[in-house]
Amino acid sequence: MSQTIAISAQNVIKAFGHGEHAVRALDDVSLDIRKGEFFTLLGPSGCGKTTLLRLIAGFEMPSGGTILLDGADITNLPPNKRPVNTVFQSYALFPHLTVAQNVAFGLEMLGKSKSEVSARVAEMLALVKLDHLAARKTSQLSGGQQQRVALARALAPQPKVLLLDEPLSALDLKLRKEMQIELKRLQLETGITFVFVTHDQEEALTMSDRIGVMSSGHLQQVGSPKEIYTRPRNRFVASFIGETNFLPATREALGYRLDCGIVVQAPASQAQRVTLTIRPEQLRLVPEAEGDVPVKITNLVYFGTDTHCHMSLPDGTEVVARLQSPSDGESGLQVGQGIGLRFLPGALQVLEE
Amino acid sequence: MSGAPLSGPSQAEAALAAKTVRGGWLLSLPALVLLAVAAVGPLLIMVVYSFLLPGEYGNVEWGFSFDAWTGILFTRDVFDDTLRLEDAHLSILLRSVNLSLLTTIFTFAVGFPTAWFIATRPQRQRALWLFLITIPFWTNLLIRTLAINEIIRAEGLLNNILIGLGLIDQPLQIIYTDTAVFIGMTYVYLPLMVLPLFAAIDRFDMRLLEAGYDLYATRFQVLRRIIVPVVKPGIIAGSILVFVPALGAYVTPRILGGGKQMMIGNFIELQFGQGRNWPLGAALSVTLLVIVTAALLVYVRFANREVRHG
Repeated sequence: MSQTIAISAQNVIKAFGHGEHAVRALDDVSLDIRKGEFFTLLGPSGCGKTTLLRLIAGFEMPSGGTILLDGADITNLPPNKRPVNTVFQSYALFPHLTVAQNVAFGLEMLGKSKSEVSARVAEMLALVKLDHLAARKTSQLSGGQQQRVALARALAPQPKVLLLDEPLSALDLKLRKEMQIELKRLQLETGITFVFVTHDQEEALTMSDRIGVMSSGHLQQVGSPKEIYTRPRNRFVASFIGETNFLPATREALGYRLDCGIVVQAPASQAQRVTLTIRPEQLRLVPEAEGDVPVKITNLVYFGTDTHCHMSLPDGTEVVARLQSPSDGESGLQVGQGIGLRFLPGALQVLEE
Repeated sequence: MSGAPLSGPSQAEAALAAKTVRGGWLLSLPALVLLAVAAVGPLLIMVVYSFLLPGEYGNVEWGFSFDAWTGILFTRDVFDDTLRLEDAHLSILLRSVNLSLLTTIFTFAVGFPTAWFIATRPQRQRALWLFLITIPFWTNLLIRTLAINEIIRAEGLLNNILIGLGLIDQPLQIIYTDTAVFIGMTYVYLPLMVLPLFAAIDRFDMRLLEAGYDLYATRFQVLRRIIVPVVKPGIIAGSILVFVPALGAYVTPRILGGGKQMMIGNFIELQFGQGRNWPLGAALSVTLLVIVTAALLVYVRFANREVRHG
């Protein structure tokens, strides 16, 4: 299926500071965001995700590279000339205006007629379910309501792309879950391309059509949530999203030889020295004689729904398996016990680094 | 601390709350007494005096008269006892209002960028800039005004420099003009404009600027639709702090206006001194008070008017 591209970042570089002290917040990032998709930039703080968002919004100018919107070069356009709107982390609502006036602001600046503005404001407030609060000052609203005003204000001018800078981080857990569903609904109803920035991997996995994982100014991997989770490209992506086990290994003719000497099967790779990874829920515990690898249980941690079983391989490598807790809570395992570890077919992934 | 909670207070709590409120009133009594003695008292004396007759060597003679009030704008003809509009008095009133307005506008025009500059410096530099702004307060107003005199007088620093540079042949006659009074008042009252503006801009959330630009506002629209309305309390405070004392200014017009370019303050002083017309002085003082109050009411109402949207 061919999809048109909404935002295209090409070899974008952003450096802060000068000379020796210059820091590259973005180091040659190229990325295509498709029209109408919910795209998430995911990464730890300082990875450059917010910088990339601010470059798309026009608040910062790149040190190099180009940014295209619907194929047109917007690299040097100021923010007020870009058909792109932002939902700020702090919301940045205008404190001297009412809810309705906040939502109307962008439309008025675009010179829309009064009737058009009021119709659109009413429509937006209905969309975010705030019709009853139109005349309130924004300071009289709860955090969740302010969030909705910020969304309505940014959506009102019908931007080609909506940028969201960690908009849920200030909300408590319950509200955050509600807003996640709400955001997804808004995106589907409006059909607008969303570019969402977050450091919360769960948020990214549940909401996004595609995720771009970033770290230290580089785009590490771009893909659907399932691709990112099941086939992480490198060690950073594997460890940042979900929990995982790392097994150093060496490529051989018949598979990969783990450092403990046992040969296992995994997808082909170019590198000689690799790291194999497997998610804790993909590990199966079997009697010692039937396993791929013999291990010793070092710790058992009961989490309610599941039990985490920490084990060590013969060479000392630590691995964790997540086992569903049986109905009586007794797993029948004991610390110090020897047991067999089985890798389900296809569960082992090869990391490039 | 005041008032009882809305839902189901116990009687003891209600009684305690009521007692606290009564106690609060009693505690504010010293302030109320001070206000009565120091503010309301003198005001009453002023109003009463304005309806009395002037004594021959100052002070007042007891006897009801409207003369002081008509004397603000009119003079009584010596021969036929008719009232004529007194141009000199009118021009003093107008000059006072004009110069004060001009000073307020100009201190705002200079003070706003200054306050913005200071508020956007890094935290440590800000203290230094604010310190520099407040330095003039350390010196007596009289000394500072005389220093301005020294700069702008005919053989003063400014004229010497301009002549030395060959820009002018004759010294500029600035001293003893309205311009001199305006320069002096702008200098004296500028900090009073900058400080409340700084306080307001310091609280201004700079992220609102990005939100404005993001929503298609131009720089001018961001200034007019976001910055000015949000820092409006500071603009109102600064304008009041400059306009009110400027209208009643005494030292600055006295020294830089040279006694010819009088303002209300000097005119009032004249009545209590050489003029020996205390009732007129009292009537003028009440007039000044009325002008200030009226101006403030109009200004605050105007400034608080909501920006209407479609």
